[in-house]
Amino acid sequence: MTTLEHAHEEHAAEHAHPGARTYVLVGVILAIITVAEVFFYTQEAVRAFLVPLLLALSATKFVLVVGFYMHLKFDHRLFTGVFGFGLLVAASIITALLFLFGQYPLPHPAG
Amino acid sequence: MAHTAVPVIIDTGAAPPAAVEAPLVLEHPHTSTGLDSRKLLMWAFLASDCMFFGTLIATYMVYKNRSLTPPLPRETFDVPYTSVSAFVLLLSSLTMVLALAAIQRGEERRMRVWLSATALLGCVFLGGQFYEFSSFYREGLTLSSNLFGSTFFTLTGFHGTHVFIGVFWLASLVTHSFRGRLHQEHSLLVEIAGLYWHFVDIVWILIFTLVYLIPD
Amino acid sequence: MAVVTAPLSRAGGMVVAPPSLAEPAYRGLWSWLTTVDHKRIGILYGVSAFAFFCIGGLEALVIRLQLWVPDNTLVSAQMFNSLFTMHATTMIFLAIMPLGASFFNFIIPLQIGARDVAFPRLNAFSYWAFILGGIMLNVSFLLGGAPDAGWFGYANLTTRAYSPGPGIDFWMLGLQVLGVASLAAALNFFVTIVNMRAPGLSFMRLPIFCWMSLITMVLLLLAFPSITVGLILLMFDRFFDTNFYSVPHGGDPILWQHLFWVFGHPEVYILILPAMGIVSEIIPVFSRKPLFGYAVMVYSGIAIAFLAFGVWAHHMFAVGLGPIADAVFASSTMLIAVPTGVKIFNWIGTMFKGSVSFKTPMLFAVGFISMFIIGGVTGIMHASPPADLIQHDTYFIVAHIHYVLIGGSIMALFAGIYYWFPKMSGRMLNETLGQWNFWTFLIFFNVTFMPMHWTGLLGMPRRVYTYGPDLGVTTLNQISTVGAIGLGFSVLIFVVNIFTSLRYGELAPDDPWDGATLEWSIPSPPPIYNFARIPTVHSRDAWWAMKHPERMHLDPIEVTPLAGGPGHATEVAHEVVATAAPGAAPPVIHMPSPSFWPFLAALGLAIMASGLLMADSFGPMTIPVFAILGLLLLVGSIYGWSFEPA
Repeated sequence: MTTLEHAHEEHAAEHAHPGARTYVLVGVILAIITVAEVFFYTQEAVRAFLVPLLLALSATKFVLVVGFYMHLKFDHRLFTGVFGFGLLVAASIITALLFLFGQYPLPHPAG
Repeated sequence: MAHTAVPVIIDTGAAPPAAVEAPLVLEHPHTSTGLDSRKLLMWAFLASDCMFFGTLIATYMVYKNRSLTPPLPRETFDVPYTSVSAFVLLLSSLTMVLALAAIQRGEERRMRVWLSATALLGCVFLGGQFYEFSSFYREGLTLSSNLFGSTFFTLTGFHGTHVFIGVFWLASLVTHSFRGRLHQEHSLLVEIAGLYWHFVDIVWILIFTLVYLIPD
Repeated sequence: MAVVTAPLSRAGGMVVAPPSLAEPAYRGLWSWLTTVDHKRIGILYGVSAFAFFCIGGLEALVIRLQLWVPDNTLVSAQMFNSLFTMHATTMIFLAIMPLGASFFNFIIPLQIGARDVAFPRLNAFSYWAFILGGIMLNVSFLLGGAPDAGWFGYANLTTRAYSPGPGIDFWMLGLQVLGVASLAAALNFFVTIVNMRAPGLSFMRLPIFCWMSLITMVLLLLAFPSITVGLILLMFDRFFDTNFYSVPHGGDPILWQHLFWVFGHPEVYILILPAMGIVSEIIPVFSRKPLFGYAVMVYSGIAIAFLAFGVWAHHMFAVGLGPIADAVFASSTMLIAVPTGVKIFNWIGTMFKGSVSFKTPMLFAVGFISMFIIGGVTGIMHASPPADLIQHDTYFIVAHIHYVLIGGSIMALFAGIYYWFPKMSGRMLNETLGQWNFWTFLIFFNVTFMPMHWTGLLGMPRRVYTYGPDLGVTTLNQISTVGAIGLGFSVLIFVVNIFTSLRYGELAPDDPWDGATLEWSIPSPPPIYNFARIPTVHSRDAWWAMKHPERMHLDPIEVTPLAGGPGHATEVAHEVVATAAPGAAPPVIHMPSPSFWPFLAALGLAIMASGLLMADSFGPMTIPVFAILGLLLLVGSIYGWSFEPA
């Protein structure tokens, strides 16, 4: 495909803009998730799996903002690749450091 | 081989044009990917910023529960208060994207309203941070009090600095628009500022969870 | 705006303008301060980097002289610490990286058929920030003492408690300024390579130097933030009483090591990948054969980009991370040796059955391969934690480092200089001097560093200003010192070659080596606009494809239907010439105008940093005062820059 044809394809994709309604809806969802996070934080009952729950909820908010507000869902995949790779490396380093500093329970104690 | 004389005009742009205009944004710039280079630049920068905040967050998390002296997070944090802050910033992301939608439709006045709202919400957020940090300070939590203070203030401080820069940027865009220089064809400039602003918001989403909500 | 009518020649089938149009009234110091031309910025980087290379080399010579005999007193222990710190910091950050940047700047736009980089003013900013950072680092010698805690500055030696003087502050702030320069350059070249390629130049047709550079940019973007944060934590510890690395308050000095090496390991790939790219350009040209296994080279480079972030703790095997961590990092390190080593076979495969010409660029390139193999092999030895425990902190590691960085990076950079000097300057470097340069370099390099393998295994520790006579390493040290002096002599030959060739060298044709890539299709030196007409690319090794389509063994699918087949390459050239017929509209080439803002912005940044440096002598008020002054200049410059017409 020539550059020009690619550009036309982008043109079509970019005009699949979400409208103001979608943005507000996403905003409402984000607010609800935030309320849920604070709610679960206060509940003793979910203490056992609070961390994965909070991480999942935050990840959802993250994806919604990046996908819709930052338009990544509708944009060229290159942007997703660029940002995604940075995110992947950052997340891996954080995880590795948590293990290296013993802030994660390990199956066998590091000796 | 014979030489063909063909005039070649080399324009070094030595004489700047009389009016200073915001750089034109072509809808289909002549780049290899068809994507605007400035937008690509911002996304690459954000990928790098992921590592910046990633290492700051990692520092906070590896030092969690390692403070030798008080104050400690549980007794310091006021989660309901901070969750209001989180709402404010999320709301500012909404207003930001509405500003972009407005300028993409050519509605300059509406864009100014939403951009100003975003900047204002950013200031509210910063004000909230300032108030929060002052109260922590009064309780003895400082940059040098203990590991919690060091890691907390460094992480949130750099985040706040990013917000501050964002507010400044948005204010500049609003000013530029008031001067009649920010039109529909320049919407990419608002989009790029928006990308930065949303990124700062998602960093806060992570900080709010990892710092305030996740138990010790 | 200048309207110029000039005869255009059909050299090689491309429409080119004669070199006299290269620099219309663009002279003097001011023109250098405000330049945004990637070619000029490349030269600025190259000259500055070489100057720093000589400074770093002098530091090394003093080190070697101090180690001539046991219990020597040529320099004090304190000075010795500063010397090895500054030698490494200078060579890594102020010599090798900017020499690489010099090639990124000059060559990448030419190879991708562009007129400049994506952001010319950002490019200039990178250079000015670099040079100011480099000056900041070196001025420490005169202003209270150079940094002396090693180039990797381990905490908590670097904290105020154990390093009260300003040396570490210079190091810390100098590196931060350099970091900003590197990040700006990485952003710029990443976007340039992705977005400014000539029509038809798909990723898998990209010159291999551009590919390796692209990967280097990704590494730069993701690695530098880690050291930025590590240095910020150190700065806060030293100036604002935090306790990130302070053990009595619960801090852990090992955090510094992690943050540093998360940067530091990708950094070594940042140092070697451009070098590999250069060598991958030279070997095919001087073997008159396309690069063997281009796709493998690309994919292994991409693999390195991923794996580079997973091996850092192999620099920490002696820290006591525990067997699980050690095993994980040992495995990943051995794994990354595969994509790194595979390239060696590609280079050999390129030369095999090629028509090899051993001109100086090729000599250095082949020298690179052999020396890098040695360095790579010792590297694999370090990958085993038990072996590393014996090698760590000894001269065995010093040997490894220098085999990969001098035998590797520096030799490749020399190869690049000899290869691209004709393009950059319009003159050929003297071939006889080049041969002398190479052979003296190769021989004295090995004389210097080969003995260090033994020195190290016999137990001589690194970074110690002297050694005892009973260690049995005296003779080996003396051999190394003689070698180092010989290396200096070799560099002198190089300098003589450069100066005499610039003045009296044979005038270089556009394409002295029968090159494969687009930079050889334009005059030497190139006109300011690079290409009179942006070429359309139809295959890998685009220039060879246009000149020698039969050599390319062009794959049928490589040539698009528009091109019509392997024989079309010359038709492309005719097509370009045909449209330059009289009566056709003259092409208007808009070049970015010079700008003072990048220099001012860099100055603002340096001023911000210097406040912290002055706090010791002039009181803590300098910190906010200079920070604000510098910030005003920086922000003002950014505004000036934003509203300046492009």
